[in-house]
Amino acid sequence: MYAFEIERPTSVADAVSALSADEAQPLGGGQTLIPTLKQRLAMPSKLVSLAGIEEMKYVRRDGDVLVIGGGTTHGRIAREAAEHFPGLAALAGKIGDPAVRNRGTIGGSIANNDPSACYPSAAMACGATIVTNSREIAADDYFQGMFTTALEEGEIVTEVRFPIPEKSAYMKFEQIASRFPLVGVFVAKFSDRVGVGVTGASNDGVFRWTEAEEALAGNFSADALSGVTAPPASDMIADLHGTAEYRAHLIPVMTRRGVAAAA
Amino acid sequence: MPKDHGIGASSKRREDVRFLTGTGNYTDDINVYGQAYVAFVRSDVAHGRIKSVDTAEAAAMPGVLRVFTGSDFEGVGSIPCGWQVTDRHGEPMKEPAHPVLAHGKVRHVGDPIAAVVAETLQEARDAAEAVMADIEELPAVVDMKAAVASSDTLVHDDIGTNLCYDWGFVEDNREAVDKAISEAAHVTTLELVNNRLVANPMEPRVAVGSYEAAGDMSTLYTTSQNPHVIRLLMGAFVLGIPEHKLRVVAPDVGGGFGTKIFHYAEEAFCTFAARALKRPVKWTSTRSEAFMSDAHGRDHVTKIELALDKDHNFTALRTETYANMGAYLSTFAPSVPTWLHGTLMAGNYKTPLIYVNVKAVFTNTVPVDAYRGAGRPEATFQLERVVDKAARELGVDPIELRRKNFITEFPYATPVAVEYDTGDYNATMDKLIEIADLANFETRRKESEGRGKLRGLGINSYIEACGIAPSNLVGQLGARAGLYESATVRVNATGSISVMTGSHSHGQGHETAFPQVVAEMLGIPEDMVEIVHGDTANTPMGMGTYGSRSLAVGGSAMVRATEKIINKAKKIAAHLLEASEADIELKDGAFSVAGTDKSVAWGDVTLAAYVPHNYPLEDIEPGLEETAFYDPSNFTYPSGAYCCEVEVDPDTGKVDVVAFAAADDFGNVVNPMIVEGQVHGGVAQGIGQALLENCAYDETGQLLSASYMDYAMPRADNVPMVTVDHSCQTPCTHNPLGVKGCGEAGAIGSPPAVINAVIDALQSGGHTHVTHIDMPATPNRVWAAMQG
Ligand SMILES: Cc1cc2nc3c(=O)[nH]c(=O)nc-3n(C[C@H](O)[C@H](O)[C@H](O)COP(=O)(O)OP(=O)(O)OC[C@H]3O[C@@H](n4cnc5c(N)ncnc54)[C@H](O)[C@@H]3O)c2cc1C
Repeated sequence: MYAFEIERPTSVADAVSALSADEAQPLGGGQTLIPTLKQRLAMPSKLVSLAGIEEMKYVRRDGDVLVIGGGTTHGRIAREAAEHFPGLAALAGKIGDPAVRNRGTIGGSIANNDPSACYPSAAMACGATIVTNSREIAADDYFQGMFTTALEEGEIVTEVRFPIPEKSAYMKFEQIASRFPLVGVFVAKFSDRVGVGVTGASNDGVFRWTEAEEALAGNFSADALSGVTAPPASDMIADLHGTAEYRAHLIPVMTRRGVAAAA
Repeated sequence: MPKDHGIGASSKRREDVRFLTGTGNYTDDINVYGQAYVAFVRSDVAHGRIKSVDTAEAAAMPGVLRVFTGSDFEGVGSIPCGWQVTDRHGEPMKEPAHPVLAHGKVRHVGDPIAAVVAETLQEARDAAEAVMADIEELPAVVDMKAAVASSDTLVHDDIGTNLCYDWGFVEDNREAVDKAISEAAHVTTLELVNNRLVANPMEPRVAVGSYEAAGDMSTLYTTSQNPHVIRLLMGAFVLGIPEHKLRVVAPDVGGGFGTKIFHYAEEAFCTFAARALKRPVKWTSTRSEAFMSDAHGRDHVTKIELALDKDHNFTALRTETYANMGAYLSTFAPSVPTWLHGTLMAGNYKTPLIYVNVKAVFTNTVPVDAYRGAGRPEATFQLERVVDKAARELGVDPIELRRKNFITEFPYATPVAVEYDTGDYNATMDKLIEIADLANFETRRKESEGRGKLRGLGINSYIEACGIAPSNLVGQLGARAGLYESATVRVNATGSISVMTGSHSHGQGHETAFPQVVAEMLGIPEDMVEIVHGDTANTPMGMGTYGSRSLAVGGSAMVRATEKIINKAKKIAAHLLEASEADIELKDGAFSVAGTDKSVAWGDVTLAAYVPHNYPLEDIEPGLEETAFYDPSNFTYPSGAYCCEVEVDPDTGKVDVVAFAAADDFGNVVNPMIVEGQVHGGVAQGIGQALLENCAYDETGQLLSASYMDYAMPRADNVPMVTVDHSCQTPCTHNPLGVKGCGEAGAIGSPPAVINAVIDALQSGGHTHVTHIDMPATPNRVWAAMQG
């Protein structure tokens, strides 16, 4: 680690002003950022910890929408979303291990937009809204490819709003070492549409498998997917753990399982 | 009733109290007053010529005491290799120099180029980033076969080849083997890879060097499995420090698995720098450094051919293996693919003709050396895979094919130069069939099918050679050391005992098991016996712990020393009881005169030894302390049969191990609970190798699996409950305890069982074209195999 200063504001407003300093960076649960710092891969001059901002920590239902504060930990989401949105709660409950879940936050995950992060698939499938200190951004516009988002410098994810589906499931096929998803598919069935968000697989980051969404909208069953054009292997990530063909193969497999498991 | 103390009791591991309550004293817990810190500058390219290393800026940074480079070590020795292998033509292996800090060239990612010593770790790391190494990158040698086929790119220019040796064993058998194979009724051929592994002990390596100028005394605290060996190698070959001026301490070392046997450059560096700076110098490896500087394991590419006659008797076996040495020869590296591998190729079978060829190859990768099992897992994997494949090709039951060829008479001299003293391979196979409930496997398979899973059953049998090793034999084979072990049994005045052993415990449980033996022999409580180990200053010269040798060799030394204690104590007791020595019996901690009720307690005898007022001073010396060195007359040969059941997800290729059973013959067992734990751990590592662990390099020599993000360690949910049985016991005939060793069996016996099960699952699920999958059988590999 390189030396840095740290500030611990207790309100979003104070955090935003602290972040206006040169090379300042928000620190959420630190589950991605701290390992990066330890390996000396980043050199922020100031970290602005969001951990003390109580107004960013909540899970609450607002009609048909589940509203989650950007500073809420995965562990808390796993517990408190279970009643309203079991699919999302299950997703949160499978991130990392208890230590990761008790520190890592949804805001940090959404801001980082790791191509293998779990939440983005749910956000895409549900058509979530990402709320920052200054604006609201639709998920489709927010995620812009691997590690790239619509966020501006110093902008903080303060809230994520998920329309609650009738049924949903997250199917995570784990990479054997990191246990991040090698391919993760979030299937969300609403009264009028179906969302299928795919993470881990594509060189372009999280995406919606629209052909499957259309097929499932008419017939929400695994059978409806037979014959649907699968996302092409040419767009997929290839690495030590999976070829592009393998990832492309897993997308329909996990989608089918998600449809069958949706509750 | 199971025993509750002494030999055969499952005494609880007393060392766990400190390990589990955070009061262990691990190497990194050691801090020496006034210590400075080291940060190494490591190569980020696999192969390159060092044009210059500019340290000026780094040297001027805050807190920096000195920056060392390769040229500081010009007058210093090379990191030595402890075993010289002689090739097929009678020539010694190629043995390139291994400098403490790279000089001239860098040869693998992680090769240390420079080292900064500074007041704080932070300052050392900051300055390390300011060292400017100008390195002209060269093409990397990564693929072993290409490295041997062409000498265009050489890891070591001065030796003119990338081939370390081309070893044939037994060379005189070569023609007869070729002939038998060409005339065989059936030949099964298999090409396979034994995947490269990273040992990943929980505590990364640490070295703390210190120097006391007044007494010219150097001390090294290090994460080692064998402090005496480090003192010898580093003192005599690298730094030129005589033993009496060098103390090596290996305290509570947090796991080793083989990778902490070897003498490493960082140990020599810290000892050297402490002398140069007259300051203690500490280095603690980061996990990232561990991936690129701890010796790796395995990495063999093998072709094996098994010949059978029309009745399915094995008639000949031929193997050709390329064994990766990495960039330099690590301490025992040359012995692993040869004497620890070729000698095991008979396995449990009476194959009459065997020829093993091994080409050891230098590549631009981290050095490869012994890792849990060392050579025996590689031998067992190929043999048990080819036997399984032969059974499938011939349409016979894999258990029956094995039984037909089992060695059943002992002692048995194999065609690969070793003599098995005892064993009963049918007994362990029978036991396996029972404990694994093989009779109901088909029911379980149907049940899995009902859930859409392909279930497979994998069987194997194994033999290994432990308790290494007879010094005169290994000397002939090229070892540059003896492989005896030592123990001093010091009986204190009140009767308590300290045993100073040359064995080293870094998780094995010696502190519990060794006292069980001494307590049994003397008839006293176990808690009267304490084990002292890990410090050259207070233990006799010993060779350390590896190759499942501690109880078989170190324990035997302790038995011998205890026997000497008993002999002397009987003389004292005879004097106290005014009886003849020949009539003295030792039982339940008291000496008595046979046939009388006259007796004297253990404590009275020990007190007399140290307060010799009424004592036969004219015949014997006061005191009660004895040392023994034990040199085994043979290896020990643990054996067993393992069974694995897997479920394969046909849609994804994911393999789950759903059942595992191990029936081992370890000879006599001192602590059944510890033995069971050793098997559990070994099986977990074997499942890791078979399904998860893969140390991978790309073609430029970059390490792809350089962290836990990409290197998959087995976790609790990858390993089922393992059914372990060690009731089949054919005691070793040549050591006093009749023990064989259990530390590596699990890691040796499990990989072939897992892969055999995966193949069985796929074949029975209709994928009959799949005859082999290389380890690790990852979901992607299994899925790809199913696609054809
Ligand atoms: C062992 C392990 C396993 C894991 N497994 C998974 C997994 O299976 N699936 C998965 O999805 N993730 C996984 N993660 C990642 C985990 O979910 C992280 O917690 C998450 O990605 C980052 O959240 P954080 O709060 O820790 O953010 P930090 O690490 O603190 O920050 C990450 C980045 O986001 C920025 N940031 C943080 N909070 C905000 C905010 N509110 N607004 C704007 N920017 C912000 C930071 O500046 C930084 O750039 C794993 C992590 C570990 C260590």
